[in-house]
Amino acid sequence: MKIYLKIWRQKDAASKGKMVDYTMEGIEGDMSFLEMLDILNEELITKGEEPIEFDHDCREGICGTCSLQINGRPHGPDTMITACQLHMRSFNDGDTITIEPFRAKAFPVIKDLIIDRTAFDRIQQAGGFISVNTSGHTIDANSIPIEKEKADDSFYAAACIGCGACVAACKNASAMLFTSAKVSQFALLPQGRVEATDRVLNMVRQMDIEGFGNCTNTGACEVECPKGISLENIARMNREYLSASLKG
Amino acid sequence: MTKLIQSSIARKVVMALSGIFLVLFLALHFTINFTSVISPDTFNEFSHFMGYNPVVQFLMQPILIAGVVIHFVMGIILEIQNNRARGVKYVQFKGSANAPWVSRNMIYSGAVVLAFLGLHFYDFWLHEMAFKYVEVNPEDPTRYYAETVEKFAPIWRTVLYVISFGLLSLHLWHGFASSFQTMGLNNKYTPAIVNFTKIYAVAIPLGFAFIALYHHFNPIIH
Ligand code: HEM
Ligand code: SF4
Ligand code: FES
Repeated sequence: MKIYLKIWRQKDAASKGKMVDYTMEGIEGDMSFLEMLDILNEELITKGEEPIEFDHDCREGICGTCSLQINGRPHGPDTMITACQLHMRSFNDGDTITIEPFRAKAFPVIKDLIIDRTAFDRIQQAGGFISVNTSGHTIDANSIPIEKEKADDSFYAAACIGCGACVAACKNASAMLFTSAKVSQFALLPQGRVEATDRVLNMVRQMDIEGFGNCTNTGACEVECPKGISLENIARMNREYLSASLKG
Repeated sequence: MTKLIQSSIARKVVMALSGIFLVLFLALHFTINFTSVISPDTFNEFSHFMGYNPVVQFLMQPILIAGVVIHFVMGIILEIQNNRARGVKYVQFKGSANAPWVSRNMIYSGAVVLAFLGLHFYDFWLHEMAFKYVEVNPEDPTRYYAETVEKFAPIWRTVLYVISFGLLSLHLWHGFASSFQTMGLNNKYTPAIVNFTKIYAVAIPLGFAFIALYHHFNPIIH
């Protein structure tokens, strides 16, 4: 396949970036999207040019690092996958593919396609944990009975890999799906109820401080989330937040 | 108020509550208007009651106006903040791939409804205020039906009203069900809420459009 690429190049956080055109020949359908970029980078290095920086780690859809906006959608045209799970067979000979970093004021570009997602870490640090004494007296988790349904919902929420596709897809760059998944995974369990009030207040406050937008329930996040995190989590977080606010 | 503006979820709840309030008001407004098609006398009675009852005039009317103002001012604040939250814009953004048009364009359907409300206030509310408090005319419980019919005589006003009802329909199509999600309600009743929203969002604006067209064409036919 012959593929035309338009890729965002930006020297560093302070520079202004721009789209740069590249043409690639001999691309196989079985190549992954990131392999295609690897080949492009090898060509660039051989030519003595600066390779394109992009984030990746596991390349098996579990770490959430590979943040690429491909043809106007986070992680490209398929759903329920990360960019590393996308293959070139999803494209046709002669296609033009645009590749941009995920865009949000709270996710500033570090270089080329790499963004700074530490805003998510700070939301997590604001309350995405439970306080457990681990000094040798750890109680077995199974000693506390938990309804199967709640355990399942908590597990589904905990599947969030913090990739940021929800923010990238949202027309408002809202981080409600991520934050609600991180609130829900604990809110559903008895161990998490203890600190539930402070958790939701603090995490939502941090989310707002970071400068993410306001959710308007378009549902784009749920469609683009590689882990199928449901909008029900946002409703749950709103409930948690409202009752926590009333408690004061 | 400053605390409300500071929390994104609180801003959303203000939006949802004022929206639901307007949805309820719309149902009442529609019911009264619809009587004008069935019985001019009933319409006159209702209109006179609404126009001269002190509870309606001095309690409910200010609450309604406050509701509208809070809703659209908060809508504009959300829109500005949400635009800023993106920062550098995408070169290519395929919004249609993952979210319906109505949900992405609430500010535009809302803006048309707001422009319509401007015209609607000028047409009816300002006229009433002038009639009652500026010209200080005596009460006339039988004038409303004839005044309404006269308003819809020009085709341009009828057309503007009908177009606005179309945009109102789009606004409600997303907004009504969305406000339940905002209030934290997403459970086994959600499909029913979504279906009810669709019926409401089509039926009420269609009904309003029918009333406007009826009063435009009825005098021409008869
Ligand atoms: C009779 C008139 C109106 C009714 C019944 C109405 C109803 C609603 C409802 C129920 C919502 C959903 C709130 C939520 O998602 O939680 C909404 C959202 C919205 N409304 Fe209105 N609205 C009206 C007029 C207006 C006007 C005049 C504007 C002016 C710009 C406006 C702007 C917005 C915006 C921007 C949203 C989106 C916010 C969001 O999705 O969260 N609306 N409306
Ligand atoms: S909610 Fe989904 S899209 Fe958002 S960060 Fe988590 S895994 Fe990624
Ligand atoms: S590189 Fe880990 S999810 Fe794509």
